[in-house]
Amino acid sequence: MSFVEYGDTIKDGDTAIVFLGHESMFPVKVQHGTVTQTKYGVIRHSTDLIGKKYGSKVTCSKGGWVFILHPTPELWTMNLPHRTQILYSTDISIITMMLELKPGSIVCESGTGSGSLSHALIRTVAPTGHLYTVEFHQQRAEKAREEFREHGVEHLVTVTNQDVCKNGFGVSDIADAVFLDIPSPWEAIGHAKSALKAEGGRICSFSPCIEQVQRTCLAMEEYGFTEINTLEILLRVYNVRTISLQIPDLGKAAEDNSLTGFDSSNPSNQGSLCANLQQGTVQFKSGVPLREMVGHTGYLTFATKS
Amino acid sequence: RKIIFEKQWFYLDNAIGHIYGTTFEVTNGGNLQPKQEVEETSTETKEAGTDNRNIVDDGKSQKLTHDDIKALKDKGIKGQEIVQQLIENSTTFRDKTEFAQDKYIKKKKKKYEAVITIVKPSTRILSTMYYAREPGKINHLRYDTLAQMLTLGNIHAGSKIIVMETCAGLLLGAVMERMGGYGSIIQMYPGGGPVRAATSCFGFPKLFFDNLHEFPLSKVHSLLSGTFSTETLPSDPEDNTLVEEESNGLTDEKQISLQETEEEPAPEAAMEINQTEEQETIDINVDDVEFKENKEKENKENVREKQIKQWERRRKLIEAAALLREKNADGLIVASKFHPTPLLLSLLEFVAPSRPFVVYCQYKEPLLECYTKLRERGGVINLKLSETWLRNYQVLPDRSHPKLIMSGGGGYLLSGITVVLDKGKSDSSNLEALKMEEPSPKRCKVQDLHC
Repeated sequence: MSFVEYGDTIKDGDTAIVFLGHESMFPVKVQHGTVTQTKYGVIRHSTDLIGKKYGSKVTCSKGGWVFILHPTPELWTMNLPHRTQILYSTDISIITMMLELKPGSIVCESGTGSGSLSHALIRTVAPTGHLYTVEFHQQRAEKAREEFREHGVEHLVTVTNQDVCKNGFGVSDIADAVFLDIPSPWEAIGHAKSALKAEGGRICSFSPCIEQVQRTCLAMEEYGFTEINTLEILLRVYNVRTISLQIPDLGKAAEDNSLTGFDSSNPSNQGSLCANLQQGTVQFKSGVPLREMVGHTGYLTFATKS
Repeated sequence: RKIIFEKQWFYLDNAIGHIYGTTFEVTNGGNLQPKQEVEETSTETKEAGTDNRNIVDDGKSQKLTHDDIKALKDKGIKGQEIVQQLIENSTTFRDKTEFAQDKYIKKKKKKYEAVITIVKPSTRILSTMYYAREPGKINHLRYDTLAQMLTLGNIHAGSKIIVMETCAGLLLGAVMERMGGYGSIIQMYPGGGPVRAATSCFGFPKLFFDNLHEFPLSKVHSLLSGTFSTETLPSDPEDNTLVEEESNGLTDEKQISLQETEEEPAPEAAMEINQTEEQETIDINVDDVEFKENKEKENKENVREKQIKQWERRRKLIEAAALLREKNADGLIVASKFHPTPLLLSLLEFVAPSRPFVVYCQYKEPLLECYTKLRERGGVINLKLSETWLRNYQVLPDRSHPKLIMSGGGGYLLSGITVVLDKGKSDSSNLEALKMEEPSPKRCKVQDLHC
């Protein structure tokens, strides 16, 4: 397995995802002789994991079961240990497309943070591209290097421990895209420009606050970037529920119930509505919004180097 | 070739040789000329008002008439100059606020300065273009929804992906871009052949198409049940008759050349139709025997060519079927006008366990049903029904605010991950028994379809 290549069976040294149920999962480092505790019991790596096919169901010691999944950057994003606030797949998706990333692309990123976006970028530029990621916090930089190694992607990424605003990305004139997720991105625009290739390079800056966005847009314009465009993407998730609503008792007009509007004998109702006039309820399937308040992550500003 | 775009017409000839991203001006003759960088004279203090309380919109503030402006255009005066003239002849310009002046200039520039920038195609550009101009062709798949699909589906180099789309080939192109020519794609198609109009706009190198396969939906059931054969190709009902009959195969040929028009590039099909038409006129003219003989020879060659093409198609079909039969695809991505449920239920059979799948639908309700049916089927986890909203912003000093919000109109996504499918009674009863032992928080509520 690696984060950039699918494997079929679980091997010693793999990072696998243990799936327990709805939005309940965690990553595990597969190792001979190790055991992992879950609420359904113990998983013994040597017997339960190694050699099994990814996607298999594994029964734990207490009788409950879990699924073992092949890691992907998306699953990693949902399960990685946070050292910083991370970017989620919704933002990552639009960033990837707007930066026109694909196999072979050279990307620069700062700050590395917890590596959520990094893993996604590496996956997209593999096998011929490269990610140059800059992190000014020494321990985080080291931890990132370690994780990339464990996940089999170290040949696709270079982690540099420095301040991007002072020293840039460590490369020049070669990047297809630059991504900034730092407190003062306007200070790094100049360095971003020099890291980017001569023509057509794309830049993206992520900032939670509009004031940061304003300063960044101004800097982009000053440095001659074009097509400057700011947007925000919000995810709405729906729960699929079967809902029962009561039919109000409006009394009886005459003998028949035809005024209720629901005709249980009408075959055309079978599909969507299921009127149960005896119990006075109507059932239907609905996509219920999960949360009414859609969270703000940050503003994404894109531009092109001309 | 004359290109007409947004009320502007021009020839592309002069653009050849320039690098992508070059901006051109359209001259009076319709030719493109690289635009010179003009120094913005924004350093001089502009005369401006404070608000619009005294500005009356009576349509009389511009002194130049339509004819005056036309005369300027005819004289060959550059757009920049025209805008300058408009400003000087506007009685209200200097009373406008600076912001209003900026807005005015921007608007006039857009109208009178014909500036074109030629860019390299990419998923970003093509998907935004298609959504803005031809959303009906792509089932209203908004570009941010497309972006989610590519990521949720973990589309990357080296995988084996099954694509089913009726979005003019846009989704296929996007998938191909993210795979960079590595790995393989099997495109499932309805009817006679896949539509790849948008795919060709990406400008992929030829080798990207080496690992692109296609397979007809109409053969899926037979493939799954093991009864698949290549005896009848979807668009060639008159297979064998073609080899035997020539001049009498008029109607057959016409039928086939009409059907092939759907799949093959236009010039080829036109040639074939011409051939058929010529055949008809020649048959009428009985005197021209020699001419007719020559035509028959050409016809025979034509038939031979068609035969070769058919064998090629058959070979490719068998290849695609073999790839599908392995049932080890790394992902499934669907965006079509069809109801998603039957597509998912059948196509998921070809996907390996622990692999992502994503299905797009313009409407939410079919995905509700799809979700339910998938739950019943089993073998899928982490089902998620979602949509994304996009909001863009105007960011200018002292003038920052949101512009549009795009929601609902971009369609919905159902995504999930495959797992090993539990088949057989003993497994499911084991499943029931195990579920009983789960601690209470996990116990399924009657109406709560989770997990």
